[in-house]
Amino acid sequence: MVKVKLNGMDTELDISPDMPLLWALRDKLKMTGTKFGCGVASCGACTVHIDGVATRSCQTFVGDLEGAEITTIEGVDSPAAQAIQAAWVELQVPQCGYCQSGQIMSASALLSETPQPTDEDIDAAMEGNICRCASYARIRRAIHRAAEIMEA
Amino acid sequence: MLHYPKNSKTPVFAASRRGFLKMATGAVGGLLIGSVIPSRTVAQAARNADALGMPFVHVMPDNSVVVIAKHLDKGQGAATGLATLVADELDAEIGQLRVEFAPSNTEIYKNLLFGVQGTGGSTAIANSFDQYRQAGATARAMLTAAASEAWGIDPGRITIAGGTVSGGANSASFGELAEAAAAQAIPTEVRLKTPEQWIYIGKSLPRVELPLKTRGSVGLFGMDVQPENGMVVVTARPPRFGAKPASVDDSAARAMEGVIEVLQIPQGIAVVATDTWAAIQGREALDIVWDDSAAEMRGTDALMAEYASLLDRPGTPTQGRGDAAGKLAGAVQTVTADYMFPYLAHAQMEPLNITVLYDGAKAEFWFGSQLQTIDHGVAAAVLGLDPSNIAINTTWAGGSFGRRATADAHLTAEAATIAKAWLDKTGRPQPIKMIYTREDDIHGGYYRPMHMHRVTAGLDAEGNISGWSHRIVGQGIMIGTAFEQFSVHDGVDHSSIEGVGDTTYDISDLALDVHHPQVGVPVLWWRSVGHTHTAYVMETMMDELAEKAGRDPVEFRLAYLRNDPRKAGVLRLAAEKAGWGQPVPEGVHRGVAVHKSFNSYVAEIADVRLRDDGTAKVERVVCAVDCGVPINPDNIRAQVEGGLGYGLSSILREEITMTDGEVDQFNYPDYQPLRITDMPEIEVHIVASTEAPTGIGEPGTPPIGPAVANAVYRATGRRVRALPFARHGLA
Repeated sequence: MVKVKLNGMDTELDISPDMPLLWALRDKLKMTGTKFGCGVASCGACTVHIDGVATRSCQTFVGDLEGAEITTIEGVDSPAAQAIQAAWVELQVPQCGYCQSGQIMSASALLSETPQPTDEDIDAAMEGNICRCASYARIRRAIHRAAEIMEA
Repeated sequence: MLHYPKNSKTPVFAASRRGFLKMATGAVGGLLIGSVIPSRTVAQAARNADALGMPFVHVMPDNSVVVIAKHLDKGQGAATGLATLVADELDAEIGQLRVEFAPSNTEIYKNLLFGVQGTGGSTAIANSFDQYRQAGATARAMLTAAASEAWGIDPGRITIAGGTVSGGANSASFGELAEAAAAQAIPTEVRLKTPEQWIYIGKSLPRVELPLKTRGSVGLFGMDVQPENGMVVVTARPPRFGAKPASVDDSAARAMEGVIEVLQIPQGIAVVATDTWAAIQGREALDIVWDDSAAEMRGTDALMAEYASLLDRPGTPTQGRGDAAGKLAGAVQTVTADYMFPYLAHAQMEPLNITVLYDGAKAEFWFGSQLQTIDHGVAAAVLGLDPSNIAINTTWAGGSFGRRATADAHLTAEAATIAKAWLDKTGRPQPIKMIYTREDDIHGGYYRPMHMHRVTAGLDAEGNISGWSHRIVGQGIMIGTAFEQFSVHDGVDHSSIEGVGDTTYDISDLALDVHHPQVGVPVLWWRSVGHTHTAYVMETMMDELAEKAGRDPVEFRLAYLRNDPRKAGVLRLAAEKAGWGQPVPEGVHRGVAVHKSFNSYVAEIADVRLRDDGTAKVERVVCAVDCGVPINPDNIRAQVEGGLGYGLSSILREEITMTDGEVDQFNYPDYQPLRITDMPEIEVHIVASTEAPTGIGEPGTPPIGPAVANAVYRATGRRVRALPFARHGLA
């Protein structure tokens, strides 16, 4: 039994300790906002926040999470995340949208840490998130836009 | 500003599958009288007699307008596009709009250009433009007739605006009139708006589902279907195409926690488990010996050598004109070049999946079906059921790029086979979700086929083209599929040559021949299909000829586009917007390409800079697009940005190779897509056109490769003719 705080709620995970968090969320807790893309921490679709840090849930194991604060796309509501989500709609970023949970989790972690990111900051924070629809140019613009929204 | 209700409970998808009463009684908007309706839909409709239900639009008593989208939305925006067409004719409020995907029913929901229900070839709007506007206009006419009857006012004095019906001192919402409208006669003819009357067409309606896609897309994708009592299955498939299991020891897998059953099926060994992780772990524990006696054993090197030898031999001639050989013999200079294009995986972000529930008498499927007619028929055949006992629920799809449009429905066949094997073995009807892991996807075939081209082109003393001889070697995508009759003529699959034989460059003497070698690697269309390689060859060769002729690349192309003003138009527009011919910043090199595909025209001008390590960074691309009436300009921009990014991704690092028949790549670390650091800034300029709308999902893809290659030539002096760029240290 692993005790975590999941989206603000005290939660006990009665799940095999070697199961990746991704599958615990999706298949055991039926929280499907966090996406399966590659399973090897190479695409970023499964990104969640663990203690505020953008983390690939497909390579994070339940047994290592005792006491962790986990935030998923279903629960993220920091000012940075709200600004990111608003900018994402305003600039019509998603196309197929499958990667966007992960993009938004990475971008909101970046913005929480770095409220006025440069293009280099964005490259560094977002390079691990693949978008096959290539919405990258809009992602970049939307992160800058979200920074404006937060400042306002 | 247009917006959808922020906290609407069911902004999309979940609204209803109701309201087909009109269809049940044969009164279906004048277009579809006599259609055969699935009985369950009729039963549902009967419970909703207060709705105005027609095949493509339902006006509900709660005042929502449900647009029934016959096309899969895999990110290209078809759902919003179709809703735009209906809402415009109906003068609906944006906040009323819901979108739901159509059930599988070929007669009603066929693609009017294919004759089967399906999405592809950038046709979603092109084939629906009249049909969905007529649906909106029909609903409008019936709401008007209902109001006229209720208020005793001449229909000519009834107006509709902003989702409200008005006449004299009366007004009503659509919902209030829905039941009375359903009782009206279906008009046999409706008058569509003129372009000046359009309120949404041309205005960039925001995508209907985007708010949900920023909140986890919960409930949208097939991969996220989580049925009660559901199980997950992954299949161990042979490492080589065409191999079969010789022997299987599944005892270790069966002993694992969560593994419920192991099923041997023709496609491989299927491990059924309580959850995805258990299924994957169980599959890893299988001990399988494969029988390679019928397998494709050739590696990429062997195939390339074979293709190269075919370049030396005449193939099947097609679409030639004039006297290419004679003109080449008289040319003052000639250029000969060989090109190589590798196999490519689609690598769409949502891995392939199908959920199926089969009880022995009927079966229901949930997935992003892209060819419902084919999927439906194959499911019925595999399960031995009458097609009326099959239902396909189309979900939103996390990308496709062609991968979900399986001409042989191999995914549906596999899911149905597993469902049948499960029921035969256990007697328990339970939902099963078949998933492909990323490795299954990248490693599993259905690639853009490898191709080689050889071109010899001549120039006369004035620097004009004097003969063009072109040979293409590659597997025909549609040979042996249900689509063969559409594309294969006299032994030539035209999806391999589109963009060459039908080029609108005025090349009077052109010879083209084709070889379609037999290779055991399954192949499939990949965003823009044959244009993925033909545009690269045509547009880099045109650049090379312009240079040899000492002419400007834009001016040289324009000289051959006198018969294609729209293609010339986008080329001129892109050149103007990019500042073609003007000085570029230090270190920047510029290349141009223009191509027509799917009846749309795109020109792209790429600015490329070499990094210190010699790799090419595309910094900026200026695009000009002519796709007829721009229904949704922002979505056109998005599709060109994305299509261009997809094409750029493929030329930089993407390549599927094989060693002794086994694919070398497994996942994103070794099949490397474009990342944000590779993405250029993009400007998209749209030609204001009144022509019928044409495709936009694919046409942005073909020109980017040659535009970048032409820029790289200016930067390095090297003509890159074998892709990807990573082979040459350029990516």
